[in-house]
Amino acid sequence: MNTRFLKIRNGAAISKEEIPNLPFDDFSRQAKDIVKNGGKVVHYFAYTAEDQIKLLCVLRTDALFVAATDAPESYPSLSNECEPFHMFEREIAEQYGIKPEGHPWLRMVRYHPNYTGKPDVFGNDYKEDIPGNYDYYSVAGDEVHEVAVGPVHAGVIEPGHFRFNCIGERVFNLEIQLGYQHRGVEQLLPSVPAKRLAVIAENNAGDTSIGNALCLSQAIESLTSTEIDDGAKIIRTIALELERLQNHVGDLGALSGDVAFLPPANYCGRMRGDFLNMSLLICGNRMGKGLVRPGGVRFELDDEIRIELIRRIDEIKPQVKHTIDLLFSTPSVISRFEGCGAVSRKNAEELGLVGPAGRACGIAYDARREFPNEHYGYLDIPENAEPTGDVYARSKVRADEIMQSIEIVQSLIENPIETNIVESNPVDSDNFDLAPDSFVVTINEAWRGELSHCIMTDENGKIERYKIKDPSFHNWNGLSMSLRDTGISDFPLNNKSFNLSYCGFDL
Amino acid sequence: MMESIILWVLALLSAPFFSALILKVKAFFGGKKGPPLLINYYTLIKLCKKGSVYSTSTTYIFKMGPMISLCASVTVLMFLPIAGHAPIFSFRGDIIFILYLLGLGRFFTIAAAMDTASPFEGMGAAREAYFPIICEASMFMILILFYTLTSELRLAAYFTGCQPLELWLTAGSPMLFIIFSFFIVLLTENSRVPVDDPATHLELTMIHEVMVLDHSGPDFAFIEFGSFCKLFFYSTFVARLIYPFSTYNIVWDIGLFGISLVAVYAAVGVMESVMARYRMDKVPQFVLTSFALAFFAIVITLEFVK
Repeated sequence: MNTRFLKIRNGAAISKEEIPNLPFDDFSRQAKDIVKNGGKVVHYFAYTAEDQIKLLCVLRTDALFVAATDAPESYPSLSNECEPFHMFEREIAEQYGIKPEGHPWLRMVRYHPNYTGKPDVFGNDYKEDIPGNYDYYSVAGDEVHEVAVGPVHAGVIEPGHFRFNCIGERVFNLEIQLGYQHRGVEQLLPSVPAKRLAVIAENNAGDTSIGNALCLSQAIESLTSTEIDDGAKIIRTIALELERLQNHVGDLGALSGDVAFLPPANYCGRMRGDFLNMSLLICGNRMGKGLVRPGGVRFELDDEIRIELIRRIDEIKPQVKHTIDLLFSTPSVISRFEGCGAVSRKNAEELGLVGPAGRACGIAYDARREFPNEHYGYLDIPENAEPTGDVYARSKVRADEIMQSIEIVQSLIENPIETNIVESNPVDSDNFDLAPDSFVVTINEAWRGELSHCIMTDENGKIERYKIKDPSFHNWNGLSMSLRDTGISDFPLNNKSFNLSYCGFDL
Repeated sequence: MMESIILWVLALLSAPFFSALILKVKAFFGGKKGPPLLINYYTLIKLCKKGSVYSTSTTYIFKMGPMISLCASVTVLMFLPIAGHAPIFSFRGDIIFILYLLGLGRFFTIAAAMDTASPFEGMGAAREAYFPIICEASMFMILILFYTLTSELRLAAYFTGCQPLELWLTAGSPMLFIIFSFFIVLLTENSRVPVDDPATHLELTMIHEVMVLDHSGPDFAFIEFGSFCKLFFYSTFVARLIYPFSTYNIVWDIGLFGISLVAVYAAVGVMESVMARYRMDKVPQFVLTSFALAFFAIVITLEFVK
């Protein structure tokens, strides 16, 4: 492909000067070209460099491409022709006050004043409580009604507002309005002492703490040119797979509970606990917090733990298999899952769905296979694509991934693992030196899908921009799409089949 | 008469116990220990000790709902031949009175739900109003059959003493259809799986539960107790049909009736454990099955039992 975008590698730092700085028109045209030819948007964000606001775009095809441009005051929206930019343009408008002209659905993303002090694009007064003057999509007519759910929900879950436009039991449109958990993580990260970075990253989304810690650590390692040993890579891979297992198993149980089929719901709830306890065994924290740090891992996996882990996994594997078989061999469950909340492949491509939600729509992309890091280069990650895009496909993908992850973990703990734990590693303390004027992007396949962090440093090696993209950033619109023309009573089922992060999105 | 009143009181007292059996069966299938068998009594006592919270947007209708639905459920038990013994009240045509008394209870539950102006409760009310309509059709089909068999319009005439056996002897195997038909009506009317899920916390999928979300304290205790009684009422129908005999010894009758009730409640529990609930738009088809079964039972009986 003839493009002026620069090809980069996952987790390899480059100098900022290497990033091609294109005129806006070229930038816009080439970005659209790549995406129209099957590329996907990984990042598209604004940052300030020497008092000039710039836009930077990271795209992926089979490789990663990056380019930047000087941001105009306002610009013709890319989303008009090229849907995958939709959310990113809204985010830029909110964070830097740069308006994409003609954007089809210019609404706030998280509800906060922009970083630059420019007039607010959305005309919000941020002294008011969220959602301010958010203009919900509305429908009118006989028998049409709206159902508002949240931000406080019946279950113990995070806050988010769902607005259903319905006719009777059928949903025309679901609008999801988030931002209730916005904490300003991206603004906070550049300002904290280095030792707190990993702690904050782990808490972007509590259920993806390993994924976030990995993204951060790989970025820092790349900027400090730190090599980590093979043992640490294996332990990190095990931790990420355990995190996947914990969440997938828990969600399959919850899906079963949502259709009132209790046995798998109960078994999965218990087995999720068993997988959480495996993380506890390795690092003393059920969510794997404190395990992954720049430079390696903080806990080794000695033979005693390894043997215990082998024993536990041997014990639980047939139980998991049995429960999955029970769930997928019960006709009444299958009749609920099949055809429920289908998202077409075309819509999924336009929304840029990632992870199990994307694979359920036939998009086989898996960052573990396409941009391998840690130990994934040595592993064979199968394509788990399902064609139907419905709840069945999403749960089937997860069920398949559960069995694969168990096998991955089993294969990794077969042999002794040796690593030097990072206790007093230079990058774990206050005085580490990041390469100045550099840029790095890291991608990991967290359990929800492609999770990516970007770090940009200034001439003194301080972080000047930290950008996080949670897979939920893409997938929330997938949930919205899946509800089109679906019964409103099937919403909880669809919601659970995606199980997206509120705080990972809200940051 | 005294015995009838004692039986009625016994029925009221034991209704929460039987409902807890369902929880036990479900817990067994789920590999759990489950709550104690007296859990429903504890819950009722706990609720009665609490205060009620009323939204400022509700009116007296909201407060009336629980009371009327409880009164309706308790009253219909007075017409029920418990353990095959004569009920407290019985008159010609009482079966129609009973069905509409339950309808009255439902009407006020729905009115109370609408009174809160919550979109959830409105949705639940619409579902609750829709599905029992089909049940009513099945109930009347069954009633027509019973009337042709016995020429009686009293509930007591169908279920007292050895009367159920008479039904079996005259109608024969079509009574099997009636048992299944009754069982489906039982599941629908009492918001059990596969029609509704009494255990869910997801408002959008609820039918009955969502309508009573705003009730609290003693009001909620009334609703809970009312639903235990209602389940007891429908279970008795099925129980009497699967054990149609009578020993004419009250103690033996109570014991055997109790055992057949346990069987019915356990069947509900097993049903809830081995299958998922239907999608909302499939529920009417399921409920209509009960109508179809009753209808076939009539066709067969009218043709062959002349």
